[in-house]
Amino acid sequence: MAEFKDVPANAPVAQKVTNWFENRFPTAFEAYKVHMSEYYAPKNFNFWYFFGSLAMLVLVIQIVTGIFLVMHYKPDAALAFASVEYIMRDVPGGWIIRYMHSTGASAFFVVVYLHMYRGLIYGSYRKPRELVWIFGCAIFLCLMAEAFMGYLLPWGQMSYWGAQVIVNLFAAVPFIGPDLALLIRGDYVVGDATLNRFFSFHVIAVPLVLLGLVVAHLLALHDVGSNNPDGVEIKAKKDANGKPLDGIPFHPYYTVHDIYGVAVFLMVFTAIIFFAPEFGGYFLEYNNFIPADPLKTPAHIAPVWYFTPFYSMLRAITSEMMYALIACVLAGAALGALKAKIAAALKGAIVVGAVVLVALMLLIDAKFWGVVVMGGAVIILFFLPWLDHSPVKSIRYRPNWHKVVYGVFVVNFLVLGYLGVQPPSPIGERVSQVGTLFYFGFFLLMPWWSRLGEFKPVPDRVTFAAH
Amino acid sequence: MSDSPADSGKRTWLIASGCAGAVGVGFTAVPFVASFQPSERARAAGAAVEVDISSLKPGEKATVEWRGKPVWIVRRTPEQLAELPKLDGQLADPKSQRKPDELTPEYARNEARSIKPEYLVVVGICSHLGCSPSDKFQPGAQPSLPNDWAGGFLCPCHGSTFDMAGRVYKNKPAPDNLEVPPHMYLSDSRLLIGEDKKA
Amino acid sequence: MKKILISLLFALGLAGGALASEGGPALDTFPVEKMNDMAALQNGAKLFVNYCLNCHSASYMRYNRLRDIGLTEDQIKKNLLFATDKVGDTMKTTLDPRQAKEWFGATPPDLSVIARSRAGAGGSGADYLYTYLRTYYRDDTKATGSNNLVFPSVGMPNVLWQLQGERAARFVEEKDPHDHTKTVHRFAGFEQLTPGTMTPQQFDESVSDLVAFLQWMGEPSQAQRVRIGVWVLIFLAVFTVIAWRLNAAYWKDVK
Repeated sequence: MAEFKDVPANAPVAQKVTNWFENRFPTAFEAYKVHMSEYYAPKNFNFWYFFGSLAMLVLVIQIVTGIFLVMHYKPDAALAFASVEYIMRDVPGGWIIRYMHSTGASAFFVVVYLHMYRGLIYGSYRKPRELVWIFGCAIFLCLMAEAFMGYLLPWGQMSYWGAQVIVNLFAAVPFIGPDLALLIRGDYVVGDATLNRFFSFHVIAVPLVLLGLVVAHLLALHDVGSNNPDGVEIKAKKDANGKPLDGIPFHPYYTVHDIYGVAVFLMVFTAIIFFAPEFGGYFLEYNNFIPADPLKTPAHIAPVWYFTPFYSMLRAITSEMMYALIACVLAGAALGALKAKIAAALKGAIVVGAVVLVALMLLIDAKFWGVVVMGGAVIILFFLPWLDHSPVKSIRYRPNWHKVVYGVFVVNFLVLGYLGVQPPSPIGERVSQVGTLFYFGFFLLMPWWSRLGEFKPVPDRVTFAAH
Repeated sequence: MSDSPADSGKRTWLIASGCAGAVGVGFTAVPFVASFQPSERARAAGAAVEVDISSLKPGEKATVEWRGKPVWIVRRTPEQLAELPKLDGQLADPKSQRKPDELTPEYARNEARSIKPEYLVVVGICSHLGCSPSDKFQPGAQPSLPNDWAGGFLCPCHGSTFDMAGRVYKNKPAPDNLEVPPHMYLSDSRLLIGEDKKA
Repeated sequence: MKKILISLLFALGLAGGALASEGGPALDTFPVEKMNDMAALQNGAKLFVNYCLNCHSASYMRYNRLRDIGLTEDQIKKNLLFATDKVGDTMKTTLDPRQAKEWFGATPPDLSVIARSRAGAGGSGADYLYTYLRTYYRDDTKATGSNNLVFPSVGMPNVLWQLQGERAARFVEEKDPHDHTKTVHRFAGFEQLTPGTMTPQQFDESVSDLVAFLQWMGEPSQAQRVRIGVWVLIFLAVFTVIAWRLNAAYWKDVK
């Protein structure tokens, strides 16, 4: 009580109330300073820096709409489909809440992919922000799990068969696969048991993990400070008060900036909800308006659009493709053994490892390796901070041809996504095989190509034009 | 805070965004709050029930379900109707003056507590703690009933008794008469429970 | 960079369209203006109750929701309630699904969201249904005596045969344009065998009314959705301008 701060007796009520709280909960007030009014963010944030706050907005939207949907949804295989139509028709305002949730799911991935892209081009994952990136990759993984399990809940044809296919992927793991799949499903086929446990995970387990990871992601970021489009560390140049010269307090500058971003986002979001909630069958798939039928697979199953790039990679791993992959493993091992500047013992280990891996690749079905590749495509993102050996952080100061490489990477990702929606075809297979090799090559060869070329001098102050 | 040109510009837009934001949040809240209301399914399940009373004989009772509750239709005999005024002294609320809006609609504020004297329409749930009373239409002494019992209902849970107009006797656990639900006659033989003319 | 991304996304959106039915005949276009025509929707409701509800249910559709297409509860009770007596009930069929499976080989699907489920690359769900209901033809090799161009070997009989009359379909054997060693079976037109009670134009009108009803029934709140959406977007446009000016008011201080 001796440490309590006092305010004069004639102070306005608002000040007295604030003071009452500040004396008893100083952490909250300190947090506001650390994370908002005295968090100095670089002043040169551009368009690409909207997507972090938008991701948080969409998370809140999904949670709030989810809470209201759960009031009426029935997680029972016999009742689920009907309960969704009940929400659409009989619950007052139910259709708005449903469309917000279904559009929000797709919006989440659009926003998160763009947010990750920003990290990619500006080197936001580099030291000292590696952990921020890792938490982010973990969030991405959780998000994929969350979306996958949520998609089973309407219990339509796509829900059912999509889940059946993905759970069977786990069955492809050697030895433990079938038991693993049985454990995930809770039954011999996707059924009521699966639905109930996916409901539990989707509604409470994964959201709790997601919230924890988002908090960690933001705290780790605020500890080291934000990056910026020039890749310049603003903490290197501080003023007499110890504030970064190129920094501005997050509140009010970026709070009002993000409100503007939210307004524009909401225009797009609500335009979709009110005028095109199905979005051509991409956000609400047509086949999902048919109740799940375990006896009849639809002519055409594909995962929802946001999984399709990875799905393409899965499909690309045919027995033919295995030879190409084996060649890559051998070439990689050879390069590592000959060129890397590491101890002889390690080189030996690389060679032995490669031989074992190639043996396994010859012995185990391409189906399993497809799963490995698909999982690997996400896992490899975690390693990005250690794969990038470029002397500069931001793409702005890299050789121009690096921009082309990034451009091709994006186009490749989109093409893989497009192919994942289409039914399989010989040409599609070839293109996705090339695309898969490019995707992995982009990352695995990055230690080498990121160092090539003529880099531009990085300024020591950010580039900023007054608004 | 001095009113410099910079501050006033910010203040204008802050107020504008504050108001617009509040309006936006308000409108956004509408579907969420609305979703708490009874759904169409609940309203359909709570819809009025039509009963055909043509086959009901004097002294007989029919039961229908309305909104999950039993509703009794009793066709009273002239003797039972004649008894009703004589019981006023033994009843807690003979004129149905307690909670009239909840328990006794206007058209039932009479001695027989009904639109047509012959037919009693009440919700068969005791006003004490919600059990459904049993029929005790036979007058005379019986277990748990006084010797001058004139016919009515006996609640098995805590012994409350009601007369042939659903009125509760004095000194019983139940405080109120049985509820008369909204109802109306579509014809001499068709009774609609759940709606009345003023609805 | 940004421009390339955005134009690519647009191109994908146009080129894609979602998961398609595999080929099949080109679908006729359903006249969408029917969706705003209350009389058409009401006629469609009548046709639905009379021709479809005998075998198909629409178990998520309540009778009293038909108020939204301009009918009063009284009109609904007098003209459309055959299978039940409560206007708050859902549209259930009286046909036992197991018997239907025995007779037709398949359980007649629930039609509540049929228009939403039949959309694809070939056209909207309404286009599909509009074409499907008008391309039945006599086929004595089938148990029902009929076949359908859009859904070959369909288990559903030609329910509207009395209105349209019965037709035969002519097929010609032709060389596959892509591979001259193969022949393809190409549809070459209908022949009227017996007249219907309606002319082809009247029949098309009636079917489009029925399909309009099915489309409406798939999402009864669709009209309200679009109406509210206009206001929401207007509000958000205003809000965006306010947010933009608010942002500018603060950022002009940043040098």
